[in-house]
Amino acid sequence: MIVYILCFILFLVGLYGLITRRNLIKIVISLSIMEFSIFILLVLIGYIDGGIAPIVSEKIVNPTYVDPLPQAMVLTAIVIGLATTAMLMAIAIRLYRKYGTFDIREIKNLKG
Amino acid sequence: MNSLIPLFIIIPLAIAFIIPVIGKLTNYFAKTITPIMLLILCFFSVTLLFNNNQESYIVGGWQPVDNIPIGIYLVLDGFSKLILCIISVIGFLVSIYSISYISKYTSENNFYALFCLMIAGMNGVVLSGDIFNLFVFLEISVIASYALVAFGVGKNELEASFKYQVLGNIASFLILFSIALLYWQTKTLNIADISNILKTHDSSAFLTFTQILLITGFGLKAAIIPFHAWLPDAHSSAPSPVSAMLSGVLIKAIGVYVIVRLFFNMFAFTYEIAVVITVLGTLSMIIGSLLAINQWDIKRLLAYSSISQIGYIILGFGIGMMILAKGGKESLAVLAISGSLFHMVNHSVFKGLLFLGAGAIEYRTNTRDMNQLGGLSENMPITSTTSLGASMSISGIPPFNGFFSKLIIIIAAVQAKFYLLAFLAVIVSIITLAYFLKFQKAVFYGKNKNFKDIKEVPFAMSLSMIVLVILCLGLSVLAIPSIREVVLDQAVNSLINVDEYVNLVKY
Repeated sequence: MIVYILCFILFLVGLYGLITRRNLIKIVISLSIMEFSIFILLVLIGYIDGGIAPIVSEKIVNPTYVDPLPQAMVLTAIVIGLATTAMLMAIAIRLYRKYGTFDIREIKNLKG
Repeated sequence: MNSLIPLFIIIPLAIAFIIPVIGKLTNYFAKTITPIMLLILCFFSVTLLFNNNQESYIVGGWQPVDNIPIGIYLVLDGFSKLILCIISVIGFLVSIYSISYISKYTSENNFYALFCLMIAGMNGVVLSGDIFNLFVFLEISVIASYALVAFGVGKNELEASFKYQVLGNIASFLILFSIALLYWQTKTLNIADISNILKTHDSSAFLTFTQILLITGFGLKAAIIPFHAWLPDAHSSAPSPVSAMLSGVLIKAIGVYVIVRLFFNMFAFTYEIAVVITVLGTLSMIIGSLLAINQWDIKRLLAYSSISQIGYIILGFGIGMMILAKGGKESLAVLAISGSLFHMVNHSVFKGLLFLGAGAIEYRTNTRDMNQLGGLSENMPITSTTSLGASMSISGIPPFNGFFSKLIIIIAAVQAKFYLLAFLAVIVSIITLAYFLKFQKAVFYGKNKNFKDIKEVPFAMSLSMIVLVILCLGLSVLAIPSIREVVLDQAVNSLINVDEYVNLVKY
């Protein structure tokens, strides 16, 4: 149970950073923290106490395997996360070139 | 196993990666191949719409083991056929329009590659029968749209894209979180299989939490009102063809479509969820239109009006869900849902046309500020006429299609005794008329102050606008019940009969 709570705390850390930080790069980092807390939750869902990696072999007697599907999902999601982070960073750097700052208080042409 | 469904995803995806390679050799490749590809998809999806076969396709041929589906399924039913049709028709016209419009930007090849990637992602979302695969395709299409919003690389474009990305990423996390929770409860990812398993479950607090997360996540993607903050910036900063695609198609294909698909075919929705969806729809209908009145930037006005019209669509589905959940008359629910689907088709046509018209104005005058424009109807007769048609359609003037779809939703609301909702829908329609009158008067009529010697836009741009205005008039025939049955009833049936979707995925 404690692992799930830690995972939730990690999510909240990311959310806190997202809300309070004023720096574009720190916002991107906070988003990554939130993302990874969800990945950890996904891996935890497939975890079984004492389970081993699901590689079928005759040497192991009475094996308990962990669920491999969430692991596959997390791998896919990490790749997607890489793409979104790269996109965010690219836009942040272009914004820096236009405005000369990473501070979101300076970047407010649009009204929302 | 010789089904043609996967071609909807494979062709655009392959062309998206071929364009940057061959595009280096010749400049004309990207411009010609994109419209041709979309034209083929158009014919293909329209023929699918008019024949009755519904099918599913197992990717890679992984047959189910012990009645447990292990492969990825692509499912083609009535509802997805309709959305596929919208995507390819609007995509085709927009790509024709882009031939002239995008030539003022550098790196045209990148534009077409991203455009094809977005089409591939949306087709994937619509066809996918597997909830995680749906998430992957959703990410493909939104990452392409993040890049397309920032395509102008000016200050505003970059800022809008960053805002869109932060909110879009939060939405993606919520969706991934809810997928994780669903997998935890049901140990499967297949939508039909989840639906079967949830039938035996009692509704628990856990399940309700998952549903709320899903509504929040896809509501952010569809820009329903409490989650709308990114839409006016992103849709007004993007190049106009992209705005037409985003407003006309993307928020429906990855927002409204998924909400409706999951709540009709996967969860057995409760009355409370139906009320939540109706309230969200009503709120975005009212607040979107109120915010639109005060805008002086053409594209921001259109973006806010998108929020309001999405509200109408959600409201129609919500009324249908409330009737079904209370066990009311099914014919009424059918009426509400088909009105809603009809409005979805119409909205993509006229909102696409309005954004293309706004793009045409910007193309010639380089401004979007209504205070500086005026009297353009003499200089740009085609743009003026087509955009007048679209404005009349969106505000519900009788011979145009917008009137009939709104009428059907309102009639359904009155017959189901939701008088307040019907009244609000009428009021919002009048407000819509007000701000589109303002738009028409400020841009096309009155005195021409600054732009005395501008010309009509090039042929490719006016052609797609003319085709869209003809569609605006032509789609009115769907108001005749016997024609509506042919086109929309398949889609309505696949939503109302839950078992039909489940039976389609045989395992």
